[in-house]
Amino acid sequence: MMIISTSYHIFVKEFVSEFRTRYALNALLMFVVTTLSIILFSIGQESPSIDVLSGTLWIVIFFSAMSGLSRTFVAEEERGTSLTLRLLVNASSVYIGKLVYNFALILVLSVIIAVSYVLFITEFTVKTFEIFWLTILLGSAGLASASTILAAIIAKANTKGTLFPVLAFPILLPLLLTCINATKLATEGAFLVEAVKEFQILISFTVVMIATSFLVFDFVWKD
Amino acid sequence: MKKLTFKSENIAKLYNRRIILENISFSLSDGTAFAITGKNGSGKSTLVKILCGVLSPTRGSVEFSVGGAIVPYPDYYPHIGLVSPYLNMYEEFTAEENLSFIAKVRSLEREWQERSNMLLKEFGIYDHRKKEVRYYSSGMKQRLKYCAALLHQPSLLVLDEPSSNLDSYGIDAVRKFMVLQKQNGILMFATNDAEDLQFADRVYSIEIGNH
Repeated sequence: MMIISTSYHIFVKEFVSEFRTRYALNALLMFVVTTLSIILFSIGQESPSIDVLSGTLWIVIFFSAMSGLSRTFVAEEERGTSLTLRLLVNASSVYIGKLVYNFALILVLSVIIAVSYVLFITEFTVKTFEIFWLTILLGSAGLASASTILAAIIAKANTKGTLFPVLAFPILLPLLLTCINATKLATEGAFLVEAVKEFQILISFTVVMIATSFLVFDFVWKD
Repeated sequence: MKKLTFKSENIAKLYNRRIILENISFSLSDGTAFAITGKNGSGKSTLVKILCGVLSPTRGSVEFSVGGAIVPYPDYYPHIGLVSPYLNMYEEFTAEENLSFIAKVRSLEREWQERSNMLLKEFGIYDHRKKEVRYYSSGMKQRLKYCAALLHQPSLLVLDEPSSNLDSYGIDAVRKFMVLQKQNGILMFATNDAEDLQFADRVYSIEIGNH
């Protein structure tokens, strides 16, 4: 119960802090607006294939996540509050609180991106909404699970900004490819049962990432 | 009150194969004020971080026991209060919000609010408690760090440069709590200030050892 309570307070602290400073939110929203505009202008009158459109959707989500999710730990290091937090709560609570916050942030962001994508890119038509939204939900969970531990690792490095996407890309590649496949199925009008394999991969990826991160986080966080 | 002991055994720390600290050993019990001295860059702050459990030593160990029972890392965090230049408060929160966050994550009893107000008054920042910390001067931030470190009435109070950034009013408040801490637990501080050193029962020089 104690771990749930402290994780909850960390989550609330992250949320209030973000609301007041808008460290990540502004960067994320600007990134979404810019990339979607570029995609819209570059498509023009062309009709790209559904494979390409599914890919670009997840490229936007991936890079948006990369530009904002690292802030949770980087901001603690930059402001010198990580030592405060280390003394106050155990590593597990910090990890859970920040993971849940990152998940909430990326989920909201992915929904905004997905809705804008469906609205503005007319060639992108979703036929099976259950598959589409489940992919967004599970893809966001996978992105949050991997980026939380990576953010904790890179927070102590000198080249934080560039290191994050470089480290994240090979780890997130299987997740992104699965998300692209599932999105394609949603646009092709596949039945929900046809996407079960993709969902299993996404759930397994997230579970493995969270379990591994939970085990190593203490070492990452302490030194 | 349960008997406290704090033991450091052969602590060594290496950074990039360079020895920062070597064979630091001492043992403390309650009612002790222990000072750590050493030249700038001698590793005082690194030692403080290791003793508080926020940095791992390359070799050696730290042992904290209450009533004869060893309290393992990280379970001894609730017993420690630390004030250090490397430890900051959340600048986007007010002093009250910072202390409230600390009380909540430490699961302090309801009385924390009274203690929080008492500490804010003692350190002269009560009237600024609703102001975001980003608008504080460095001295006010330092005072808030003391309030945060003392909120849970720690058994072990660790101060890294206790008088830094403080005016005479702040220094008086700090020294009052240093005396109180010595009576109720263990006080450990890293300093080169001759006046601060007068509060110490024992002084450990990083270059020389115990004296």
